[in-house]
Amino acid sequence: MSTATAPGSLPRYIVQRLLLIIPMVWFILTLVFLLMRVAPGDPVSASVGGRLPEAALDQRREALGLNDPLIQQYWDYLSGVLTLDFGNTITDNTPITQIVKENGGATLTLTISAMLLALVVGLPLGLIAGRYRDTPADGGIRIFGIVTYAAPVFYTGLLVQLLFLNVFSGWPLLGQSTPITEFTVETRTHILLLDAIIAGDGDAVIDVLKHLMLPAVTLGLLICGIFIRLTRVNVLQTLQADYVEAARARGIPERRVVRSHAFRNAMVPVVTIIGLQVALLLSGAVLTEKTFAWPGLGNQLITYIDQRDYAAVQGIITLFAVVVVLISILIDIVIALIDPRVRY
Amino acid sequence: MSTTGQDVLSVRDLRVWYGTERGAARAVDGVSFDLRPGEILGLVGESGCGKTTLGRGLLGLLPRGAFVDGDVTFKGKPMPAVASKEYRALRGAELGMIFQEPMTRLNPLMRISEHFEETVRAHHPGVSRERVRHAALEVLRVMGIPPTRYRSYPHEFSGGMRQRLTIALALVLRPAFIVADEPTTALDVLVEAQIIKILADLRREFDTSLLLITHNLGIVSEACDRVAVMYAGRIVEIGDARQVFRSPQHPYTQELLRSTISLSTTGLSFIPGSPPDLVDPPAGCRFHPRCPHAMRVCATQAPVPLEVAGGQRVECWLHGPESQVPPGGGEPLHVREELSVADEA
Repeated sequence: MSTATAPGSLPRYIVQRLLLIIPMVWFILTLVFLLMRVAPGDPVSASVGGRLPEAALDQRREALGLNDPLIQQYWDYLSGVLTLDFGNTITDNTPITQIVKENGGATLTLTISAMLLALVVGLPLGLIAGRYRDTPADGGIRIFGIVTYAAPVFYTGLLVQLLFLNVFSGWPLLGQSTPITEFTVETRTHILLLDAIIAGDGDAVIDVLKHLMLPAVTLGLLICGIFIRLTRVNVLQTLQADYVEAARARGIPERRVVRSHAFRNAMVPVVTIIGLQVALLLSGAVLTEKTFAWPGLGNQLITYIDQRDYAAVQGIITLFAVVVVLISILIDIVIALIDPRVRY
Repeated sequence: MSTTGQDVLSVRDLRVWYGTERGAARAVDGVSFDLRPGEILGLVGESGCGKTTLGRGLLGLLPRGAFVDGDVTFKGKPMPAVASKEYRALRGAELGMIFQEPMTRLNPLMRISEHFEETVRAHHPGVSRERVRHAALEVLRVMGIPPTRYRSYPHEFSGGMRQRLTIALALVLRPAFIVADEPTTALDVLVEAQIIKILADLRREFDTSLLLITHNLGIVSEACDRVAVMYAGRIVEIGDARQVFRSPQHPYTQELLRSTISLSTTGLSFIPGSPPDLVDPPAGCRFHPRCPHAMRVCATQAPVPLEVAGGQRVECWLHGPESQVPPGGGEPLHVREELSVADEA
């Protein structure tokens, strides 16, 4: 009865959450910075050592500021990030921002469609399994959930590829589009699907969607398993809740009891987990992109890890971390909109 | 015992059995009583004697797998089948329930207003929000909840206020019969007194009959017209509340009253042993293993319900009928020693 009833408590909560971004991002940046410095060897000799003369290597180190005191490097890194400058790669001297710009769109397309797929498949299946507990449907859905969650994403990817190779031969298995689409569609947003839609090129849209399907399904299934299990458990709990029995005692029709008491309340913890799954989604995207030669950030990340390009890895990891933080704050706000108990 | 047309509720030989791994647990085993309009019937007894099952059975709110048998007449008509739509339509509109734990009985994601809208519209589809509000504010006023709180969420209320909210919610459609299942157990004494006062006054405002389940005998003497004492699934004594308290006729009632703790209590009294196993209850009178007055007949034959001098109906061989007691059946049964031996083993 204190601040909860005070008008405007929701906006205040949102502002609080948004302000929390600052310390969280700062903490992550510091962590990334320190981890990269703790790793043995310096980035320059690790990536291009042996291929350039010693003098050239030293010149690179000087240019990257690696000879500066640690605190100076830290400051340069932080102020760079603040001005959206994540530095350049060591191996090919490309600005990280450019990599993000060119490859981020593909990752965004993949992760969003995988997440949507996981939600569209996972939530209803979880609700059904929880509602019809211990029926054959529940059993089947539970097995599906465990298998999809337990299967490594690259393995699922390979199986899916094999399946389509043999059953639907001619279905695209690799890449984001055919070269024709890639060259004909004008680049505007760096999101190929969006560009094709803007260009009004129906064939290109279909081409991209066909390419998108397999990686999106592969990545979506991974997360979907968690949603199924989580939704099911929560529905089981809310169906036992006292307020559900009380609603029945007031003569509320069973369908409505299930829908607006059990299902709705079961969604609160599920939404929280959706936020946490974004981290899994991004790490899964790295493997999925590699499996399907999807030209996204994850694919780039693996390339740069192979080349021990610390600067590139640091830049991409920083971006991933910031995205996870932002999404989790966003989820906090969504939860507050659903659940009045959170707002104080 | 005659079923008069004016009774709101008339229960005859109601049985509720639960299936367990060891067999059927007879939680309610042949219960009969009547309830007049506006009457408050207290239902007392130890934990596990079937009070709650009886209350829920009357509303058809039993878990799946429960077996119900017997005749329940509500407002002169037989009660519909448990899982039927007709039963659902009665719940909330004609039959209400107030639960023990008010803290968890309201959906935390729904405003109070939404609870009322949902309830009213479940029975009268299409009623305008404004009319729901009007009806809700009226019951809320009786419960002492200010209209400004109508759009608040449950977590913004204290325990006592939440119980008043659930009572208001149960009353909004003016049901003829309400089961209150230990409505004050989870509340502190001051709030308890307040809630009991509200319940005792219900008939004045709403003409509602109430089955008040409690194990607090003080509440019964405060608020109830009649009292039914339940033991192991049966009503062993039922009658006018004052009369029962003044001169309890069943040994169990006597022991129960003796065990009551009040400020003047100097020593604690209790009934040795515990309520019997409902899957395999003792033969004869179910109370005989714990009864200080047990006779031989008690161990073999179930007592017959009998109306005694004070107007109570009692199930106990002490009150006869003599004609049915077999020769030698009136000899005392030395159960107490057996029991203490068993307790020590």
